Amino acid sequence: MSAIPTTVAGSEPLADQVLGAALSSTARPTRPGAVAACLTFGWRGMLKIKHIPEQLIDVTLTPVLFLLMFTYLFGGAIAGSTGEYLHFILPGILVMSVLFTTVYSGVTLNTDLTRGVVDRFRSLPIWRPAPLVGAVLGDSVRYLIGATVVVALGLALGFRPGSWIGVPAAMLLVVLFSFSLAWVFTTVGLLMRAPNAVMNAGFMALFPITFLSNVFVQPDTLPSWLKAFVDVNPISHLVTASRGLMDGTIHLGDIGIVLGTAAALTAVFAPLTTHLYRTRA
Amino acid sequence: MLAIEASDLVKSFGSTRAVDGVNLAVRSGAVYGMLGPNGAGKTTTIRMLATLLRPDGGTARVLGHDIVTEADAVRGLVSLTGQLASVDEDLTGRENLVMVGRLLGYSRGQARMRASELLEAFGLGDAAGRLVKNYSGGMRRRLDIAASIVVTPELMFLDEPTTGLDPRSRNQVWDIIRTLAGQGTTVLLCTQYLDEADQLADGIAVIDHGKVIAEGTPGQLKASVGRGTLHVRLLDPEQRPDAERVLAQALNAGVHLEADPAALSAACPPEPEPAAEAVAELSRSGIAIAGFSLGQPSLDEVFLALTGRPAEEDQAAEGEEIAA
Repeated sequence: MSAIPTTVAGSEPLADQVLGAALSSTARPTRPGAVAACLTFGWRGMLKIKHIPEQLIDVTLTPVLFLLMFTYLFGGAIAGSTGEYLHFILPGILVMSVLFTTVYSGVTLNTDLTRGVVDRFRSLPIWRPAPLVGAVLGDSVRYLIGATVVVALGLALGFRPGSWIGVPAAMLLVVLFSFSLAWVFTTVGLLMRAPNAVMNAGFMALFPITFLSNVFVQPDTLPSWLKAFVDVNPISHLVTASRGLMDGTIHLGDIGIVLGTAAALTAVFAPLTTHLYRTRA
Repeated sequence: MLAIEASDLVKSFGSTRAVDGVNLAVRSGAVYGMLGPNGAGKTTTIRMLATLLRPDGGTARVLGHDIVTEADAVRGLVSLTGQLASVDEDLTGRENLVMVGRLLGYSRGQARMRASELLEAFGLGDAAGRLVKNYSGGMRRRLDIAASIVVTPELMFLDEPTTGLDPRSRNQVWDIIRTLAGQGTTVLLCTQYLDEADQLADGIAVIDHGKVIAEGTPGQLKASVGRGTLHVRLLDPEQRPDAERVLAQALNAGVHLEADPAALSAACPPEPEPAAEAVAELSRSGIAIAGFSLGQPSLDEVFLALTGRPAEEDQAAEGEEIAA
């Protein structure tokens, strides 16, 4: 496609009558409700996935690499066989790769802020948190794509779940938790100056938190102080719950802790994000 | 009836008082210009009036609604075209307009129709399906204005709508603003160019260091400056010394010799007659003229006349405004 814009559209003079007709008073429609506004922003998120497919490469490639590397590199050493280990880490990799995607919610928001488009959104008569809720909803689709890639690759490598219905259930739980974690990073996204800083801060926080869990190893082998941390880490509970669902056992306690943590994160960080979005600047 | 009534608006960023007691009264249906250099407080004032910034002091009513306590009502009636084009670069032109239409409450079909109508009217029909990041500055600006009038606003804020545009794009934007005003929309226009305010505005407030330092019609402002500039270009550079002498006599003013050896300019009264007389005098003296033009006083000259010093860019305040 030619990138010389002036020769295409700019050269035609604006026909006064057409302009006049387009500007002549249009009836003001009734304001959209909160849900409709959020869905429109969700649609915007989808369009971005369509126009910038490169962003999806991060989401899909990283988990693929992790899954292959960990299964074949450590599988024999940690679990005796790659098949055993794949069965063990697949739910963990699912959790880890989707959680890492949530950082992008903050990066995207920060990018928006550095451009003028936020002014447009803030000067429209819409439900104030709609741009944020819609964006995070749109990102959930991205999480779902990441989750699907991990599970599909796992199945191709020989992963066989104990309960087939448990697989989408586990994916849903992970996406739900990610939705709440995304609010933490949107808050970070509003506090940091540049998109890169958001990305670095996000990964610096997520790396230790995901590795210091039961994603890769059984915590029994760990020193007691580390095991104590791993046991309270909500990510461990998310992994245990997902593992359980895929194996066909429902760990209600872990699911409860995951949902409780998700609710708490959303309750604190969603309003904080909204407040910052409204007042920053 | 007044579309904008602001009294004593104040906004500080850190220790910088970006807006320091601005008073404005803009009649409904008018095009009102705010003229000032970068960092004078124009953008901050507009952002407060458009409810994007909360003032630290003072009050303002926009279309009868208080900008703080009734911000939502104000948002329902105004639209803003900011200094950074408020469009989404990662979407196409059409998607941008459909999105804004949906957010204003149009159905999908209505939003699509309105988007097509505006794209055609703004000369963006062929570029509708291209990503905005590939648009030229002029196209982006037109799309931005189109997004602001998906529903015709009663009041439109335009923050330096032609800064950085080539002359043709600038004329297109001016056409749009004139048409909009012709249909009854009140326009508050920020600009650094007296020329632009002169072309479009019925009234002008000159802003400096966060304060309104002069107010009036473009004519009154120019008269207060008391001078324009006559530029003359000769066919034969050899005749320049003669031309200099004739002009100095006819206009009773100092003559400036330009870098171009055939060009010279002289200060003259703002009315066209003395300048016309001076040009006629050149012809009568047998000096051949390639062309001449009557320049308006620049922002610098207005500032010089009003404050005794040229318009200076306040870098510190500018940084704050962009950050804001």
